Amino acid sequence: MSGRGRRITDEEINELISKLQALLPAESRRRNAGRMSASKLLKETCSYIKSLHREVDDLSDRLAGLMTTMDSNSPQAEIIRGLLRS
Amino acid sequence: MYRRSFKDTKSSLGSPNPNFSKPMVALRFLRALSLVRCSGPGARSPSYRARGIRRAAYACMAASAGPRRAWSRALLRKIRRRPGRGLRRPRAVIRRRRPVGGGDPLEVALRRLVPGGGCMEYCRLLEEAADYVKCLAMQVRLMQTIVDSASHVNSID
Repeated sequence: MSGRGRRITDEEINELISKLQALLPAESRRRNAGRMSASKLLKETCSYIKSLHREVDDLSDRLAGLMTTMDSNSPQAEIIRGLLRS
Repeated sequence: MYRRSFKDTKSSLGSPNPNFSKPMVALRFLRALSLVRCSGPGARSPSYRARGIRRAAYACMAASAGPRRAWSRALLRKIRRRPGRGLRRPRAVIRRRRPVGGGDPLEVALRRLVPGGGCMEYCRLLEEAADYVKCLAMQVRLMQTIVDSASHVNSID
């Protein structure tokens, strides 16, 4: 770790923590009313990121499955082609 | 980059990247999807396609976030680095600093989850994690919208 630069103050860390807390989903915020401790926030953030990764995997699987049923002349493909042209 | 003052960090947290709007990401992602072959010669199994779609999702997300973010740079590096692919050009890269020794297991976990999070200062890690979460959530909403509209249209026929 570099010794240069000024030390990060607690206030700055707190500000980042509250910004991070604001990004967590609403139900998580309701469960933890008010300010979370730093460790609680880290835990919530980690589990939220993991759940988002799982959702991306799941949605990729579903998209892959859906794309097999779409043939090239179907209306969905037309819509997508139109979107890509504009 | 690692020597930025906190004031710079604060301003970059607030200012949005102009490239990262939902329509831009959607367009990029749809374009990538159109390159995925569904049928005919060259078509692959659904699981192979799913992996390709997943890679496209992360690549579009990172490309739209831009090079300003450490996580997007790390993600793009990871995606573009295909294993066992011919001769690796020697990269004139400054060897990255030693990974920060983890005292807190939660901090270690977060560093593993956020791309490129291994060597950052704690403050920077929180900032990158916030941006990563924001972009990930948007990507998930985008993919959900596409899946919903595609399956909706499918069910009409």
